[in-house]
Amino acid sequence: MNKIITAPLTIDVVKTLKAGDNCLVSGYIYTARDAAHKRMIEALNRGEELPFDIKNQIIYYVGPCPAREGHIIGSCGPTTSGRMDAYTPKLLELGLKGMIGKGERDKSVIEAMIKYGAVYFGAIGGAGALLAKSVEESEIIAYHDLGAEAIRRLKVKDFPVTVIIDCEGNNLYQIGRKSFEIND
Amino acid sequence: MRTIHTDTIIEAVKNLCIEANCSLPNDVYCAIEKSIGTEKSQIGKGILEKIKENADIAKEQNMPICQDTGMAIFFVKIGQDVHIEGEYLYDAINEGVRRGYKEGYMRNSIVRDPLDRVNTGDNTPAVIHTEIVAGDKLEIIFAPKGFGSENMSATCMLKPSQGEAGVIDFVLDTVKKAGANPCPPIFVGVGIGGSMEKAAILSKYALTRDVEYENPNPYYRKMEEFLKDEINKLGIGPQGFGGSNTCLRVFIETFPTHIAGLPVAVNICCHVLRHKKIVI
Repeated sequence: MNKIITAPLTIDVVKTLKAGDNCLVSGYIYTARDAAHKRMIEALNRGEELPFDIKNQIIYYVGPCPAREGHIIGSCGPTTSGRMDAYTPKLLELGLKGMIGKGERDKSVIEAMIKYGAVYFGAIGGAGALLAKSVEESEIIAYHDLGAEAIRRLKVKDFPVTVIIDCEGNNLYQIGRKSFEIND
Repeated sequence: MRTIHTDTIIEAVKNLCIEANCSLPNDVYCAIEKSIGTEKSQIGKGILEKIKENADIAKEQNMPICQDTGMAIFFVKIGQDVHIEGEYLYDAINEGVRRGYKEGYMRNSIVRDPLDRVNTGDNTPAVIHTEIVAGDKLEIIFAPKGFGSENMSATCMLKPSQGEAGVIDFVLDTVKKAGANPCPPIFVGVGIGGSMEKAAILSKYALTRDVEYENPNPYYRKMEEFLKDEINKLGIGPQGFGGSNTCLRVFIETFPTHIAGLPVAVNICCHVLRHKKIVI
């Protein structure tokens, strides 16, 4: 059973999501990975504004392939989220409500998620061709020079994700592994 | 002496880049298909089905299976009776990569310097391992490697006294630490012996084997099976969400080593185990 979610999020929706929930996300989300995160934090440190209003938004950690003619986007699966950990607590403080990626997050991110109310979703790593089918629009809105790492606004429809860490800090990686671990 | 012109090599490399990135090898596809039947987690089963569907879409639409079209890794075996005519062999391989990644709408993921991190814009340079072999053929294996799994790989210089148990512990520990990051179900290449860099190269080369490949050494064949079973007992499962399929195959390559050492390298690859070979 999938939960249907609209992006941007609200804190009320965030609170209904539990680790292990399968969700379909529709609406607008923003892409950013290593280089874009570094630039965003540098901009904040200089006292400048972010290139988009981050309040209630979802960031998708992805660097897509170029789109073939007639396509909206190339393959676009998630990248490893942990590399963004150093930059994430600040963005959560500013109102970021959701992240889509893959892999564990560190303690500082999970604590900030609990403090400010945010959710961490996983998309299937290595399924970029399938995920591209859920993207209806793609527009670069900042850092054009970064190529695949530029910030894009994506309009997605029924984009399939699973809640990995919810706003209470429950973690599907830990829960799932415990259920299937064999100690002999 | 047989002459091969680099124009032929450029064209072959270009095609390898596109085919390897868009069409999952049949043996890997079958391994994923098989895992759907054995997966005990419902979420896990659903993920494996989507992974299979993804490979179908990629092949049908000629688009990359994964957006991380990787760093271009080559193993080139040059017959000693081959004369290469035209430009420098490495330039020709890089030109093939340049053309393949552009024509195949693949992502450029290489930065010119590990610290200043400016993208080269054409996915070059490739990492090229060459070997001189007998004969008059040129064999090129292309194995693009994504860094979600590459980042979770490791090498270790064990003491000889740690022996088999030390190797097993190191492999399991590496996979455990990797958790969900390398996009399980994974394939694991293990290089044992040689020197530090030799073990690492062996572990990478191990990942160019077919899933059905039978290790000619029965001792290591058994160890491959044992390691796979032990990894699957960790419960990490597809995408790390918990399940019975964490690893689809372990490949071991070995080389003689020094009396004082036991180098081990573990190279992890995601479920998109891309490799393609041609012989010219």
